[in-house]
Amino acid sequence: MKGHRSAVIDFDVGLRNLDLIMGCERRVVYDFVNVINGEANLNQALIRDKRSDNLYVLPASQTRDKHALTQEGVGRVLEELSEDFEYVICDSPAGIEHGATMAMYFADDAIVVTNPEVSSVRDSDRMLGILASKSRRAENNEEPIKEYLLLSRYSPERVKEGEMLHVEDVKEILALQLLGVVPESKAVLTASNSGVPVILDKEGDAGKAYMDVVERYLGEDLPHRFIEIQKKKLFGRLFGR
Amino acid sequence: MGFLDYFRATPKSGKSATLAKERLQILVSHDRLEANSPSYLPKMKEELIEVIRKYVDVDQDAVSVKLEQKGSREMLELNVVLPD
Repeated sequence: MKGHRSAVIDFDVGLRNLDLIMGCERRVVYDFVNVINGEANLNQALIRDKRSDNLYVLPASQTRDKHALTQEGVGRVLEELSEDFEYVICDSPAGIEHGATMAMYFADDAIVVTNPEVSSVRDSDRMLGILASKSRRAENNEEPIKEYLLLSRYSPERVKEGEMLHVEDVKEILALQLLGVVPESKAVLTASNSGVPVILDKEGDAGKAYMDVVERYLGEDLPHRFIEIQKKKLFGRLFGR
Repeated sequence: MGFLDYFRATPKSGKSATLAKERLQILVSHDRLEANSPSYLPKMKEELIEVIRKYVDVDQDAVSVKLEQKGSREMLELNVVLPD
Protein backbone atom coordinates (compact mmCIF):
# COMPACT_ATOMS: atom_id res chain seq x y z
CA MET A 1 0.00 0.00 0.00
CA LYS A 2 3.08 2.19 0.31
CA GLY A 3 4.32 1.21 -3.12
CA HIS A 4 7.02 -1.21 -2.05
CA ARG A 5 7.18 -4.47 -3.94
CA SER A 6 6.39 -7.06 -1.29
CA ALA A 7 5.83 -10.79 -1.09
CA VAL A 8 4.23 -12.57 1.83
CA ILE A 9 4.85 -16.27 2.48
CA ASP A 10 2.60 -18.48 4.57
CA PHE A 11 4.87 -20.74 6.66
CA ASP A 12 2.05 -22.61 8.37
CA VAL A 13 2.53 -25.86 6.47
CA GLY A 14 -0.48 -28.15 6.78
CA LEU A 15 -2.75 -25.36 7.97
CA ARG A 16 -2.88 -23.02 5.00
CA ASN A 17 -4.91 -19.94 5.85
CA LEU A 18 -3.20 -16.79 4.68
CA ASP A 19 -4.84 -17.22 1.26
CA LEU A 20 -8.24 -17.25 2.98
CA ILE A 21 -7.51 -14.10 4.96
CA MET A 22 -6.20 -12.37 1.84
CA GLY A 23 -9.21 -13.52 -0.17
CA CYS A 24 -7.26 -15.39 -2.85
CA GLU A 25 -8.02 -18.98 -1.82
CA ARG A 26 -9.61 -19.83 -5.16
CA ARG A 27 -6.56 -18.79 -7.09
CA VAL A 28 -4.10 -21.15 -5.39
CA VAL A 29 -2.56 -23.53 -7.92
CA TYR A 30 0.95 -24.17 -6.65
CA ASP A 31 2.32 -23.66 -3.15
CA PHE A 32 5.54 -23.05 -1.22
CA VAL A 33 6.48 -26.73 -1.03
CA ASN A 34 5.93 -27.16 -4.79
CA VAL A 35 8.45 -24.39 -5.35
CA ILE A 36 10.95 -25.89 -2.91
CA ASN A 37 10.65 -29.29 -4.60
CA GLY A 38 11.04 -27.74 -8.04
CA GLU A 39 7.54 -28.81 -9.15
CA ALA A 40 6.71 -25.20 -9.99
CA ASN A 41 8.66 -21.99 -10.35
CA LEU A 42 8.07 -18.91 -8.25
CA ASN A 43 6.19 -17.03 -10.93
CA GLN A 44 3.68 -19.86 -11.20
CA ALA A 45 3.12 -20.07 -7.46
CA LEU A 46 3.00 -16.39 -6.51
CA ILE A 47 -0.52 -14.97 -6.45
CA ARG A 48 -0.84 -11.30 -7.22
CA ASP A 49 -3.13 -9.42 -4.87
CA LYS A 50 -6.20 -8.02 -6.63
CA ARG A 51 -6.24 -4.81 -4.62
CA SER A 52 -2.59 -3.98 -4.33
CA ASP A 53 -0.38 -4.21 -7.43
CA ASN A 54 2.86 -4.58 -5.52
CA LEU A 55 1.73 -7.41 -3.24
CA TYR A 56 2.16 -11.12 -3.92
CA VAL A 57 1.16 -14.12 -1.82
CA LEU A 58 2.96 -17.47 -1.66
CA PRO A 59 0.53 -19.93 -0.08
CA ALA A 60 1.52 -22.70 2.33
CA SER A 61 1.21 -26.31 1.35
CA GLN A 62 -1.55 -28.48 2.76
CA THR A 63 0.76 -31.47 3.13
CA ARG A 64 0.80 -33.19 6.50
CA ASP A 65 4.55 -33.60 6.37
CA LYS A 66 5.72 -30.63 8.37
CA HIS A 67 9.34 -31.25 7.45
CA ALA A 68 8.57 -30.57 3.79
CA LEU A 69 10.18 -27.18 4.38
CA THR A 70 13.91 -27.80 4.29
CA GLN A 71 16.26 -25.13 5.50
CA GLU A 72 18.21 -25.24 2.27
CA GLY A 73 15.01 -25.04 0.18
CA VAL A 74 13.58 -22.13 2.16
CA GLY A 75 16.89 -20.31 1.87
CA ARG A 76 16.92 -20.81 -1.88
CA VAL A 77 13.36 -19.48 -2.34
CA LEU A 78 14.02 -16.46 -0.11
CA GLU A 79 17.19 -15.70 -2.03
CA GLU A 80 15.29 -15.78 -5.30
CA LEU A 81 12.49 -13.62 -3.92
CA SER A 82 14.89 -11.02 -2.56
CA GLU A 83 16.18 -10.38 -6.07
CA ASP A 84 12.74 -9.25 -7.15
CA PHE A 85 11.12 -7.87 -3.99
CA GLU A 86 11.95 -5.10 -1.55
CA TYR A 87 10.24 -6.80 1.36
CA VAL A 88 9.65 -10.50 1.93
CA ILE A 89 7.28 -11.13 4.82
CA CYS A 90 7.43 -14.56 6.42
CA ASP A 91 4.15 -15.22 8.19
CA SER A 92 5.10 -17.58 11.00
CA PRO A 93 2.73 -20.09 12.56
CA ALA A 94 2.29 -19.79 16.33
CA GLY A 95 4.49 -21.98 18.46
CA ILE A 96 8.14 -22.97 18.25
CA GLU A 97 7.86 -25.90 15.88
CA HIS A 98 9.47 -26.46 12.52
CA GLY A 99 7.39 -23.98 10.52
CA ALA A 100 8.09 -21.18 12.98
CA THR A 101 11.79 -22.03 13.11
CA MET A 102 11.98 -21.88 9.32
CA ALA A 103 10.07 -18.59 9.16
CA MET A 104 12.46 -16.86 11.55
CA TYR A 105 15.78 -18.48 10.59
CA PHE A 106 16.67 -16.18 7.68
CA ALA A 107 15.01 -13.04 9.10
CA ASP A 108 16.56 -9.58 9.29
CA ASP A 109 13.71 -8.08 11.32
CA ALA A 110 11.10 -9.78 13.48
CA ILE A 111 7.70 -8.45 14.50
CA VAL A 112 6.48 -10.29 17.58
CA VAL A 113 2.69 -10.22 17.69
CA THR A 114 1.31 -10.58 21.21
CA ASN A 115 -2.02 -10.34 22.98
CA PRO A 116 -2.16 -8.72 26.41
CA GLU A 117 -2.60 -12.13 27.98
CA VAL A 118 -0.19 -14.10 30.18
CA SER A 119 0.32 -17.16 27.98
CA SER A 120 0.83 -15.04 24.89
CA VAL A 121 3.40 -12.80 26.58
CA ARG A 122 5.30 -15.74 28.02
CA ASP A 123 5.41 -17.49 24.64
CA SER A 124 6.66 -14.31 23.03
CA ASP A 125 9.52 -14.19 25.49
CA ARG A 126 10.43 -17.76 24.59
CA MET A 127 10.30 -16.88 20.92
CA LEU A 128 12.60 -13.91 21.52
CA GLY A 129 15.09 -16.26 23.14
CA ILE A 130 14.98 -18.48 20.05
CA LEU A 131 15.35 -15.49 17.72
CA ALA A 132 18.45 -14.48 19.64
CA SER A 133 20.09 -17.91 19.59
CA LYS A 134 18.84 -20.08 16.71
CA SER A 135 18.67 -17.75 13.73
CA ARG A 136 21.13 -17.53 10.88
CA ARG A 137 22.33 -14.16 12.13
CA ALA A 138 22.97 -15.64 15.57
CA GLU A 139 24.74 -18.68 14.19
CA ASN A 140 27.01 -16.57 11.98
CA ASN A 141 27.68 -14.07 14.79
CA GLU A 142 26.19 -11.30 12.69
CA GLU A 143 24.25 -8.32 13.96
CA PRO A 144 21.18 -9.75 15.75
CA ILE A 145 17.66 -9.70 14.29
CA LYS A 146 15.87 -6.43 14.96
CA GLU A 147 12.84 -7.17 17.13
CA TYR A 148 9.63 -5.21 17.37
CA LEU A 149 6.48 -5.61 19.44
CA LEU A 150 2.99 -5.51 17.99
CA LEU A 151 0.28 -5.72 20.63
CA SER A 152 -3.11 -6.74 19.32
CA ARG A 153 -6.62 -7.12 20.74
CA TYR A 154 -5.98 -4.28 23.16
CA SER A 155 -8.85 -2.84 25.14
CA PRO A 156 -8.11 0.47 26.91
CA GLU A 157 -11.39 0.19 28.84
CA ARG A 158 -10.36 -3.12 30.39
CA VAL A 159 -6.87 -1.80 31.12
CA LYS A 160 -8.41 1.10 33.03
CA GLU A 161 -10.46 -1.34 35.09
CA GLY A 162 -7.30 -3.26 35.93
CA GLU A 163 -8.54 -6.29 34.01
CA MET A 164 -5.91 -6.28 31.27
CA LEU A 165 -2.15 -5.86 31.14
CA HIS A 166 -1.10 -2.34 30.21
CA VAL A 167 0.92 -1.91 27.02
CA GLU A 168 3.76 -0.46 29.10
CA ASP A 169 3.82 -3.61 31.25
CA VAL A 170 4.11 -5.85 28.20
CA LYS A 171 6.83 -3.61 26.79
CA GLU A 172 8.71 -3.73 30.07
CA ILE A 173 8.48 -7.50 30.47
CA LEU A 174 9.60 -8.22 26.91
CA ALA A 175 11.99 -5.26 26.67
CA LEU A 176 10.98 -4.51 23.09
CA GLN A 177 10.47 -1.49 20.92
CA LEU A 178 6.74 -0.96 20.36
CA LEU A 179 5.69 -0.90 16.73
CA GLY A 180 2.01 -0.45 17.43
CA VAL A 181 -1.10 -1.31 19.39
CA VAL A 182 -4.11 -2.71 17.55
CA PRO A 183 -7.33 -2.29 19.50
CA GLU A 184 -9.82 -5.13 19.89
CA SER A 185 -12.21 -4.55 17.04
CA LYS A 186 -15.19 -6.12 15.36
CA ALA A 187 -13.72 -5.07 12.05
CA VAL A 188 -11.08 -7.82 12.29
CA LEU A 189 -13.63 -10.63 12.13
CA THR A 190 -15.59 -8.82 9.45
CA ALA A 191 -12.40 -8.50 7.44
CA SER A 192 -11.51 -12.17 7.72
CA ASN A 193 -15.09 -13.18 6.97
CA SER A 194 -14.92 -11.38 3.68
CA GLY A 195 -11.27 -12.03 2.85
CA VAL A 196 -10.37 -8.36 2.77
CA PRO A 197 -7.34 -7.45 4.95
CA VAL A 198 -8.42 -5.20 7.80
CA ILE A 199 -5.77 -2.62 6.89
CA LEU A 200 -7.96 -1.70 3.91
CA ASP A 201 -10.65 -0.58 6.34
CA LYS A 202 -9.52 3.02 6.39
CA GLU A 203 -12.29 4.21 8.71
CA GLY A 204 -11.93 1.64 11.48
CA ASP A 205 -9.51 1.78 14.42
CA ALA A 206 -7.89 -1.59 13.67
CA GLY A 207 -7.25 -0.64 10.05
CA LYS A 208 -5.74 2.70 11.04
CA ALA A 209 -3.62 1.01 13.70
CA TYR A 210 -2.17 -1.44 11.17
CA MET A 211 -1.45 1.40 8.74
CA ASP A 212 0.41 3.18 11.54
CA VAL A 213 2.40 0.00 12.14
CA VAL A 214 3.45 -0.10 8.49
CA GLU A 215 4.46 3.55 8.48
CA ARG A 216 6.39 3.25 11.73
CA TYR A 217 8.18 0.19 10.42
CA LEU A 218 9.18 2.18 7.34
CA GLY A 219 10.74 4.77 9.61
CA GLU A 220 8.06 7.36 10.25
CA ASP A 221 7.78 8.77 13.74
CA LEU A 222 4.09 8.62 14.62
CA PRO A 223 2.54 8.99 18.06
CA HIS A 224 0.88 5.82 19.36
CA ARG A 225 -2.90 5.77 19.10
CA PHE A 226 -5.68 3.63 20.57
CA ILE A 227 -3.93 3.27 23.94
CA GLU A 228 -6.27 5.65 25.74
CA ILE A 229 -10.02 5.33 26.00
CA GLN A 230 -11.61 7.33 23.23
CA LYS A 231 -14.23 9.70 24.45
CA LYS A 232 -17.60 9.24 22.85
CA LYS A 233 -19.19 12.32 21.42
CA LEU A 234 -22.23 13.69 23.20
CA PHE A 235 -24.61 11.98 20.82
CA GLY A 236 -22.76 8.73 21.22
CA ARG A 237 -23.08 9.02 24.97
CA LEU A 238 -26.78 9.73 24.85
CA PHE A 239 -27.64 6.94 22.48
CA GLY A 240 -25.31 4.21 23.66
CA ARG A 241 -22.76 3.19 21.09
CA MET B 1 -22.95 -10.34 51.30
CA GLY B 2 -24.13 -7.23 53.09
CA PHE B 3 -26.53 -4.76 51.63
CA LEU B 4 -23.82 -2.08 51.33
CA ASP B 5 -21.64 -4.30 49.19
CA TYR B 6 -23.93 -3.61 46.28
CA PHE B 7 -22.73 -0.03 46.28
CA ARG B 8 -19.02 -0.73 46.44
CA ALA B 9 -16.84 -0.26 43.42
CA THR B 10 -15.55 -3.32 41.61
CA PRO B 11 -14.07 -5.64 44.21
CA LYS B 12 -10.56 -7.11 44.26
CA SER B 13 -11.07 -9.10 41.08
CA GLY B 14 -10.67 -5.86 39.12
CA LYS B 15 -6.95 -5.91 39.86
CA SER B 16 -6.13 -9.09 37.99
CA ALA B 17 -3.84 -7.18 35.62
CA THR B 18 -1.41 -6.46 38.47
CA LEU B 19 -1.41 -10.12 39.33
CA ALA B 20 -0.75 -11.01 35.71
CA LYS B 21 2.23 -8.66 35.59
CA GLU B 22 3.74 -10.03 38.79
CA ARG B 23 3.31 -13.63 37.69
CA LEU B 24 4.80 -12.89 34.30
CA GLN B 25 7.84 -11.09 35.67
CA ILE B 26 8.73 -14.02 37.90
CA LEU B 27 8.01 -16.58 35.21
CA VAL B 28 9.91 -14.81 32.45
CA SER B 29 13.06 -14.32 34.52
CA HIS B 30 12.90 -17.97 35.52
CA ASP B 31 12.39 -19.09 31.91
CA ARG B 32 15.31 -16.97 30.74
CA LEU B 33 17.61 -18.41 33.38
CA GLU B 34 16.66 -21.91 32.36
CA ALA B 35 17.08 -21.21 28.67
CA ASN B 36 20.52 -19.70 29.27
CA SER B 37 21.78 -22.47 31.51
CA PRO B 38 24.35 -24.79 29.95
CA SER B 39 23.07 -27.97 28.37
CA TYR B 40 25.22 -30.20 30.60
CA LEU B 41 23.46 -29.00 33.74
CA PRO B 42 20.74 -31.67 34.05
CA LYS B 43 23.27 -34.47 33.51
CA MET B 44 25.67 -32.92 36.02
CA LYS B 45 22.87 -32.59 38.55
CA GLU B 46 22.05 -36.24 38.18
CA GLU B 47 25.64 -37.37 38.63
CA LEU B 48 26.24 -35.09 41.61
CA ILE B 49 23.22 -36.53 43.36
CA GLU B 50 24.46 -40.02 42.63
CA VAL B 51 27.89 -39.32 44.13
CA ILE B 52 26.38 -37.89 47.29
CA ARG B 53 24.06 -40.84 47.63
CA LYS B 54 27.03 -43.16 47.40
CA TYR B 55 28.36 -41.84 50.70
CA VAL B 56 25.33 -40.55 52.52
CA ASP B 57 21.99 -42.26 52.62
CA VAL B 58 19.67 -39.47 51.51
CA ASP B 59 16.53 -39.31 49.44
CA GLN B 60 16.70 -38.23 45.83
CA ASP B 61 14.70 -35.11 46.61
CA ALA B 62 16.87 -34.19 49.62
CA VAL B 63 19.48 -32.88 47.21
CA SER B 64 18.88 -29.74 45.23
CA VAL B 65 21.23 -28.23 42.68
CA LYS B 66 20.66 -24.69 41.50
CA LEU B 67 22.58 -22.49 39.14
CA GLU B 68 22.19 -18.81 39.89
CA GLN B 69 23.44 -15.80 38.08
CA LYS B 70 24.22 -12.52 39.79
CA GLY B 71 25.64 -10.03 37.37
CA SER B 72 28.70 -11.59 35.80
CA ARG B 73 29.07 -14.16 38.57
CA GLU B 74 27.63 -17.63 38.27
CA MET B 75 26.92 -19.57 41.40
CA LEU B 76 26.24 -23.25 41.69
CA GLU B 77 24.29 -23.95 44.81
CA LEU B 78 24.23 -27.46 46.21
CA ASN B 79 21.85 -28.10 49.04
CA VAL B 80 21.79 -31.44 50.83
CA VAL B 81 19.41 -32.21 53.64
CA LEU B 82 21.20 -34.81 55.80
CA PRO B 83 19.14 -37.41 57.63
CA ASP B 84 19.01 -37.20 61.45
